[in-house]
Amino acid sequence: MNLYDIIFYLFAAVTLVSATFVVFTKNVIYAAYNLLLTLFGIAGLYILLGADFIGIVQLIIYVGGILILLLFGVMLTNKITDVQIKTGVLQVIPASVAVGMLAGILILIMTNMSWRDFGLSTPDKTIGGLGTLLMNEYIIIFELLGMLLLIALIGAANIARK
Amino acid sequence: MNETTLVSLSLFILFAPLAGFLFTVLSGKKLKSAYLFEIFTISLVLISSITVLFVKLAYYTDKSIVSEIGWIDLGIVPVLGKIAIELGVMIDNISAIMLFVVALISALVHYYSIEYMKGDKRYNRYFAYLGIFTFSMMGIVLTHNILMMYIFWELVGLSSYLLIGFWYEKKSASDAAKKAFIVNRIGDLGMFAGILIIFITYHTFTFSKIFESIAAGVLPFNSEFWLSMTGILLFCGAIGKSAQFPLHVWLPDAMEGPTPVSALIHAATMVAAGVYLVTRIFVMLTGDAMLFIAIIGALSAFIPATIALTQTDIKKVLAYSTISQLGYMIMALGVGAYAFGFFHLVTHAFFKAGLFLGSGSVIHSMHHEQDIMKMGGLKKKMPVTYWTFLIFSLAISGIPLSSGFLSKDGILASALSFGSLTGYYIFAVTGFLVALLTAFYMFRLLILTFHGEPKDHHKYEHAHESPLLMIAPLVTLAILSFFAFYTMNPFDAQKGWVLSKWVTTPASVVPESARYPFMVQSGEVNHAEIHGNITHSVQYTEAMHSAHYPAMFISLFVAILGIFIAYMFYSKKKIDTDKLAGSLGPVYKFSLNKWYFDEFYQAVFVNGTIGLTLVLNWFDKYIVDGIVNGSAALTRMFSSISGFFDTYVVDGLVNFTAYFSGFVGIILRKFQTGKVQTYLILTVFSVLIIVLMYVNYL
Amino acid sequence: MSNIGLNHFLIISSILFSLGIFGVVTRKNAVMVLMGIELILNAANINFVAFSAFGNFPLKGQMMALFVIVLAAAEAAIALAIVLNIYKNFNNVNVDEIDNLRE
Repeated sequence: MNLYDIIFYLFAAVTLVSATFVVFTKNVIYAAYNLLLTLFGIAGLYILLGADFIGIVQLIIYVGGILILLLFGVMLTNKITDVQIKTGVLQVIPASVAVGMLAGILILIMTNMSWRDFGLSTPDKTIGGLGTLLMNEYIIIFELLGMLLLIALIGAANIARK
Repeated sequence: MNETTLVSLSLFILFAPLAGFLFTVLSGKKLKSAYLFEIFTISLVLISSITVLFVKLAYYTDKSIVSEIGWIDLGIVPVLGKIAIELGVMIDNISAIMLFVVALISALVHYYSIEYMKGDKRYNRYFAYLGIFTFSMMGIVLTHNILMMYIFWELVGLSSYLLIGFWYEKKSASDAAKKAFIVNRIGDLGMFAGILIIFITYHTFTFSKIFESIAAGVLPFNSEFWLSMTGILLFCGAIGKSAQFPLHVWLPDAMEGPTPVSALIHAATMVAAGVYLVTRIFVMLTGDAMLFIAIIGALSAFIPATIALTQTDIKKVLAYSTISQLGYMIMALGVGAYAFGFFHLVTHAFFKAGLFLGSGSVIHSMHHEQDIMKMGGLKKKMPVTYWTFLIFSLAISGIPLSSGFLSKDGILASALSFGSLTGYYIFAVTGFLVALLTAFYMFRLLILTFHGEPKDHHKYEHAHESPLLMIAPLVTLAILSFFAFYTMNPFDAQKGWVLSKWVTTPASVVPESARYPFMVQSGEVNHAEIHGNITHSVQYTEAMHSAHYPAMFISLFVAILGIFIAYMFYSKKKIDTDKLAGSLGPVYKFSLNKWYFDEFYQAVFVNGTIGLTLVLNWFDKYIVDGIVNGSAALTRMFSSISGFFDTYVVDGLVNFTAYFSGFVGIILRKFQTGKVQTYLILTVFSVLIIVLMYVNYL
Repeated sequence: MSNIGLNHFLIISSILFSLGIFGVVTRKNAVMVLMGIELILNAANINFVAFSAFGNFPLKGQMMALFVIVLAAAEAAIALAIVLNIYKNFNNVNVDEIDNLRE
């Protein structure tokens, strides 16, 4: 059990435990902070998989962008004076059954499937490679995503303004 | 005068009476003297017809002038072939003569009616009707095709109906008009059927084209039988119009009309139209058809003659006499004596019109007394009427020097020679018998009316000679009843100009196998001795020759015998008529009641129809309605069953489906919360199921 | 050599995915639902990156993960706008009370 393994389990534990908290806590603010931890853990897992740029982006965008956005949402939709920023739960039992079965089956499939496994390979220059790919092979998708973001921004502003 | 002028003149003759009719009928109510226009036009028509007669007979003796215009041209019609219907006039000798006869008698009747109808409240309308009658009759005479003939045929029927029912306030008159119309209709139905057969066979109505086709061997339905049938069917029209047995019953009743009308329509012209029709279709008559025609003619000659013996109404006697004489003509045509048949038509038209006008004169002076048993001794009061009446009676009885003798003798000779050629002597025997009866009843009528003592002194005192306008036509017709207008030889008409030049028997177009051997076709004329242009075979001419003198003597003998018997009965009173009537009881009654024809028709046809109607009514009410009601009930039963089925089975199923859906819905509603997350869970379950299936598959 | 293989990452992503589903399904608050959705997306992202790392095509999987992050950002923006709208209309963001879909 080398260092890599230890770091992996650490990040995996952080991710899963905080994700569990996200799902089960009643307090929305707690959930948000636990989500931060989850995303952080996932970023670590990315880096373990050799995707350092994705990990950084994960931190920047998710933690710095999306999570803040979600917190804004929480703030705007709950009365500030209301100390108990909590949320109820719905249909826990059927959801538990369904999700339990789903998790079991998913894990079963994932582990039993014979994937094409060449062992872990990490690229030398992640950022340079991604940049080259973006500007060459994926240029159309890149442009389309830019347009998508623009449209989403306009749409979001438009919807929220009504 | 050329042919075109002749045609124009004939068209004027045709349409002038129509103009007279229209003017008189339209202005008659306002204008008291509208009838004078009608008198004027008929005078013009008379003059024109005399012109046509002379020009035609003098310059175009052997030519028939035809002028036609296309009326309907359908071109080539599928199945039927080329169809074109022409309208046209044909002026041949017999139509020229008929034109003259019709115009003359019509004009005389017009003049006569001025006095006779004086004081009638529908005076102008009477003359208008005479006008439309003259128009229709001229149409029949002039037309060159059978379709137009049929149209005018119905038009004379109409004008006859109008004139018989002229005094329609009298029930008997309106009944008689209806009877005449309906009985005529029966005959016309046959004629119409004949016309249809002709049209579907030859695709034309024109006489000359039909005859050409027959001569070329085209027969209806390719059989000689149907050619005979066509002739007989066409002859049915003549049976109705000429009041032949068995449709003769309308004519005596038609005497309800004004007497001049009886003279014009029911003695001289319209009833002769049937004879004229037979002369027109004579060439296409087969031997069988001619035999049929001869039999009908003989029956029509004999039966009314026996009825006339006992009738006491002066007009009824004359009416039966008319039927009898028409039967004579028809019989003559049936035995092949075309020329004599037509000749008798002409002579009879004159003397019978005269007889009617004479009787009208008597009735007029006797204040509408028609019973001869109440007359008598009028000879002194009405000398002109008496003498003309005597001349007419001699003519109809067939006494030498009269026109009637010439034509009647010819017919009898023809019948006799027909008998010698074919063995059917019955027609000759009938002819002589009828001649005897005719002489008898005519002189019975004459003696009872004019001789002896007056029976009704009151009316006798008031009797007077008729005015000039009524006398003049009588005299005119009496003059025309002498032989001199037809032949120089008072004993043989064939030598005269009428029969030797003008009226000649046309060549038959019927195939040789279907016609009498003594009739010849134009192509075989070399086999025949052309004797006075009458196209008959040698045998027929010889038979005529040998039959001439016997026929003449026998007819003379029976005529004189008839007159003598009448004289003994009614003038000398040698035999008590009442006693004779008593001893002959049933026979006398039989004759007096007109052979019970009316009663028979009433019982068989009228009551039969009524009975049939009742049966049909019953059938309708109980069987047809029963079926209808039954089917209705059946339908109702089915519908109630179906309704039951609907209510309980179909509706049950529907309701069950609804309840079931509702039930399922109640269950499913639990899942349908409207909450997205519920749906999401269900989606997860569904995905799980799909995935599990996928796993199982793996 | 490490014992950590592809399966480890796949199991983590499966658990994350299930948790995300659970969160989406059970939470009343719309913002919490959005958080669940983020978990699901991240689970997918882990799969992308893991498969690419172990499948010898490292950059393409990362590229896909990058796209997913961008989409997630757009989605979060739109979703929050919708949540704000819902709050304006219903004066709360409880998903169970917004059951107009039933009608």
